[in-house]
Amino acid sequence: MAVVSEKGAARVNPSVPVPSLPPSERPPPDPAPAPPAGRIHVAAEGFSVFYADVEAVRSVTLAIPQGRVTAIIGPSGCGKSTLLRAINRMNDLIPGCRVSGRLTLDGEDVYGPQIDVTALRQRVGMVFQKPNPFPKSVFDNVAFGPRIHGIRGRSQLEAVVERSLRRAALWGEVQDRLHENALGLSGGQQQRLCIARALAVQPELLLMDEPTSALDPIAASRIEDLIDELRGEYTVIIVTHNMQQAARVSDLTAFMYMGELVEFDATSRLFTSPAQARTQDYITGRFG
Amino acid sequence: MQRGSRELVDRAFTGVGLVSIVLLAAALLTLLGPIVLRGLGAFVFRGTVEHRRVLLEQFGRGDTEEVQRELAAARAAREPVYDMIAAFEREMKQAGPAERRAMGESLDGLKAALRELLGPLPGDPDPPLLRLRFGQTRWDRALVKLQSVLWREQYDYSDPTVMGRKVLVPRADEFRGTALEPLFDRLPAELEAMLRPRWTVYWGFLFDRSRDAHFFGGIWAELLGTVYLTVGAVLFAVPMGVASAIYLVEYAREDSRPVRLLRTCISTLAGVPSIVFGLFGLAFFINTLHVSSSKSVLAGSLTLAILILPLVIRSAEEALRAVPHTYKEASLSLGAGRWRTVATVILPAALPGILTGVVISMGRAAGETAPIIFTAAVSVGQPLALWEVFSRPTPALPWNIYNLCSEHQAVDEIRHVQYGMVLTLVALVLLLNSAAIFIRARISGRLRG
Repeated sequence: MAVVSEKGAARVNPSVPVPSLPPSERPPPDPAPAPPAGRIHVAAEGFSVFYADVEAVRSVTLAIPQGRVTAIIGPSGCGKSTLLRAINRMNDLIPGCRVSGRLTLDGEDVYGPQIDVTALRQRVGMVFQKPNPFPKSVFDNVAFGPRIHGIRGRSQLEAVVERSLRRAALWGEVQDRLHENALGLSGGQQQRLCIARALAVQPELLLMDEPTSALDPIAASRIEDLIDELRGEYTVIIVTHNMQQAARVSDLTAFMYMGELVEFDATSRLFTSPAQARTQDYITGRFG
Repeated sequence: MQRGSRELVDRAFTGVGLVSIVLLAAALLTLLGPIVLRGLGAFVFRGTVEHRRVLLEQFGRGDTEEVQRELAAARAAREPVYDMIAAFEREMKQAGPAERRAMGESLDGLKAALRELLGPLPGDPDPPLLRLRFGQTRWDRALVKLQSVLWREQYDYSDPTVMGRKVLVPRADEFRGTALEPLFDRLPAELEAMLRPRWTVYWGFLFDRSRDAHFFGGIWAELLGTVYLTVGAVLFAVPMGVASAIYLVEYAREDSRPVRLLRTCISTLAGVPSIVFGLFGLAFFINTLHVSSSKSVLAGSLTLAILILPLVIRSAEEALRAVPHTYKEASLSLGAGRWRTVATVILPAALPGILTGVVISMGRAAGETAPIIFTAAVSVGQPLALWEVFSRPTPALPWNIYNLCSEHQAVDEIRHVQYGMVLTLVALVLLLNSAAIFIRARISGRLRG
């Protein structure tokens, strides 16, 4: 890691998680692995996802609180991305994918018969592993969501675009090149643009599928800072390979293994005194 | 495998590849070389004063006074020839009847040959056909005609076991000792003065309509007809093809039986011989649907559209599939519906590929002959106005190339027109294909940022 600072040095060490939370927002020390405090935003009950015959997510039950950053960690192929993509129904794109059990967003069944998938996806923004801006201008990228949701006025769009870019900490870098092709930005800028694009439709929830795995360490740390800033306003669920990252940015961490949810707890506790032996083995690097 | 033999195989493979590329290039050159060289003969040639007269009288182009002056000079140069003929005819009046009859036949042959070379003789009535009113417009053709003035073609049937052999008899021998004898020395020497050849660049070949079945003028009707047919085919095929491709890529279930069947059908359609499309077009569009009472550009365009449809579908499908999946995911994750995603994200990103396919299929449509034989093409016709395309047939380059080399009554006289048409068609197709490359490079450059 190229960050050479006190903070950066701490980041390298997985066994010393440094929650980047102000103390007031830290989850209260609770001896029992009770459900986390706060209003429940996303809840799964016995939720499974199947790809044809393969059960990628096995009967997961968890409750994700609003306004917090929740990390899902686990080795490759453990079903963490599948679980994440189930929340905004991106798995619908995969032929032969079906679900069982219950998954709710604000108490509403995500797979219920009366759900409007496009409205759901408007409420649940998503940031992908590789930055994927459209081959359009920076402005058009951010304005894409608002436009499809019916905002037409130029000045309105400009306001939304500026607000979203500021929120994604990108405004200063791109305000002079709003009408240049977004593909000309650097990888890190592109990823922040994608976050701005997701924020522009004013979601309640932001899903991030390994958002920094394609970026260099400096760009990655800027994304992490940004996640830190989004805390409180948005519920963020981030899937990551990188345990240090989970430890740095999240309030809560879920550890998944072979499609099952092994442990879900406050990040500080999960990384320091995990209840399960498998969690302990994974975070200490014995497998995965 | 041993290292030595591995290297040997590598080298052999490289060699084979190189040889095949060189062969291909050589084949291309042997093919394109004559096409270009001969085709250019329709545009750049030594035009005679008759050419300039045709341009002036038939197309109203050129400096009237200068052409008149040149014509007067040419007439003055031709005068001695006509005087000799008149002197010979006077001589004949005093000759005996047998000699007169024998010489009369020879004189008629000579006069016919002279008319082809120089145009009507003084005192001839105005000929009905336009082609007979002018002498040779091209110097290369004039030299050929000069030979038929100097030599008479005759067939030798003396040996009954073989077919008649062609022999050339010098006409000078026939008129030995008469007033016409000096003509055969004078004509070759004075021909330049009589026809005044001059290097000419004739762009009008593309934009003049033809006069008297391509004896004079250019190929505007054919060119325009080809453009109409091609554009018409694209107008029908592209919306249908792109819509089908979008359906196949974005909506259809990949593995379902009907979709698989549909794909097989499209592949089969691509393999159907083009003459079958031609007959289908006649049977379906003209005889069944009655899109027009007989052949028309509309019917031809529809037929060509079906011909290029598989090509358009295929290329559009590939272009759509080549759009990164991440664009689609991003769009859907923002709450865009399927159609919104296709219209605002996928189609724009696939546009270069689709356009390339469209332009290449335009090249295909422009060059196809068989589908338009029964549905759109006629041998002789005038350039159509835009509103006439719904009801009238048109000449078109591919069909008229065939027509000029096989069915025209004077194939040899207008070879240059045929070569010019071939060059024009080849250039048109090459132009379209390079446009495809250009579009692709340009738009994909823009997409990459």
